[in-house]
Amino acid sequence: METADLKLDGNALGGLLGEVFAAEITLARSTCGSCGAVREVGALAVYIQAPGAVARCPGCDAVLLRLVRAEGRLWLDLQGVSCLEMRIQAD
Amino acid sequence: MAGAAVLGRLTWLLAELVELVPETPRVTSLVLDVPGWTGHRPGQHVDVRLTAEDGYQAQRSYSLAAPADGERVVLTVEVLEDGEVSPFLARELRPGDRFELRGPIGGYFVWDGGADPLHLVAGGSGIVPLMAMLQYRAASELTVPATLLYSSRTLEDVIYRDELGRLAKADPALEVVYTLTRAQPDGWDGYARRIDREMLAEVFGESGESTAFVCGPTRFVEVAADALVGLGYDSGRVRTERFGPSGA
Amino acid sequence: MAYVTRGFRGRRERDESGRIPPGQYETDDFPVLSAGPTPHTPLEQWSFTVSEDGKELTRWSWDEFRALPSETVTRDIHCVTKWSKLDTTWEGVSVDTLLEGIETGAGYVTAWSDGGYTTNLPLEDVTGGRAWVAFDYEGEPLDPEHGGPARLLVPHLYFWKSAKWVRGLRLMDEDEPGFWESLGYHLYGDPWREQRYWGD
Repeated sequence: METADLKLDGNALGGLLGEVFAAEITLARSTCGSCGAVREVGALAVYIQAPGAVARCPGCDAVLLRLVRAEGRLWLDLQGVSCLEMRIQAD
Repeated sequence: MAGAAVLGRLTWLLAELVELVPETPRVTSLVLDVPGWTGHRPGQHVDVRLTAEDGYQAQRSYSLAAPADGERVVLTVEVLEDGEVSPFLARELRPGDRFELRGPIGGYFVWDGGADPLHLVAGGSGIVPLMAMLQYRAASELTVPATLLYSSRTLEDVIYRDELGRLAKADPALEVVYTLTRAQPDGWDGYARRIDREMLAEVFGESGESTAFVCGPTRFVEVAADALVGLGYDSGRVRTERFGPSGA
Repeated sequence: MAYVTRGFRGRRERDESGRIPPGQYETDDFPVLSAGPTPHTPLEQWSFTVSEDGKELTRWSWDEFRALPSETVTRDIHCVTKWSKLDTTWEGVSVDTLLEGIETGAGYVTAWSDGGYTTNLPLEDVTGGRAWVAFDYEGEPLDPEHGGPARLLVPHLYFWKSAKWVRGLRLMDEDEPGFWESLGYHLYGDPWREQRYWGD
């Protein structure tokens, strides 16, 4: 098995992020803090076979998001995302 | 359905097995009853969690195989012989057994209507979420043209073969094209190789304004998605769902 | 507790050996875990450096590194994702050899790798025969998927500390949290005290 097979899409984070965010996150648009590319979270390159989950920019491989989930605890690092835009319920 | 979706936090529900439906020698569908299920969109998936008596847990994601139908949820599982979860789900579970499930998950890999032609590319068990889209399209009597290119190893490995035949026969605006990569039956005059740019161009013709959904093992998706972009599809219009080595 | 599903056991063996730390399960596989794409540094460009305060103290090219004395060791390894693999055999250069002749007051090291991964350890946990930079696994050159051409090997701690694709050690005065340690994973990571996360 190759690491190339381990790369998934942002959909694979949907469940984990669904524990944190009330809004639908795979459709949120993230701006890569490294190269500026804007993509839906669903389109990010995601690795979950690891001690935690890592989402990378498909263009420049920079780490956008990291997430670790333990029993009753979750850590989220969004430093790699300079902006996250999402649709929420209209007023 | 509004694009905005305030879901509230995802929580684990209990799914009860109603029926196991063998699809192919290695693939089984699970018909589940999930009290509290509020529906889902074609293309979404669920997380399944199994807990052993000593607390050991295993978790996997599975695409929803059919459109929303009250509290009924269908998953289609490909059995990986050395897998930890898929052999259990397909062979050990009995009707009445329950396990945890949460969802629906995913707004990115979703299609529930639209004016643009629908181009679907499936590799192996990648057909599962695309089947939910096609069934939704049929049930909603949508007329937007749809084309499915489905790559399998052999004809016996084609999942939902009869149902796909019925859908295509009943609807002139739906075209289903197979490619069998490992072995073909006598007299087979269809594609007999792994998908490539030439095949995609022949099957889909002009990319135009269509949205393409590609699903299957990671390598398959990479080849298909790159080829589609190479054929002129805007990368924003090529939606992918990679299954990774653990399968569906 | 989560709902227990009838009949589910998972892919596990009973621990007959007493060698499996708490919360771990023995496996015969060698699962590949990764936080990103596999780096592929050509050996002509590979180097291993030991540095301190931004100053390079020593550097080896691949050929120089492979000319150093190495040893073969068999150890159990324990991944924080709960699998343990017993009696894994590695060949590598002891970190003691790599640090030979270096005078330092540093108490810690940060191991850094191609692809940006880092992990932090106390200096005493990579010395005294407790750590290697390994290049062979089970008698074969280390697969890139498992960290080749060379990875750090620190078997007495959780395996995330055994940084794949390692390229150097930075001697540090402070214990600076690395890639996973900055996101909830325990700074030290002793499997026998089940130190998986902060506060454990």
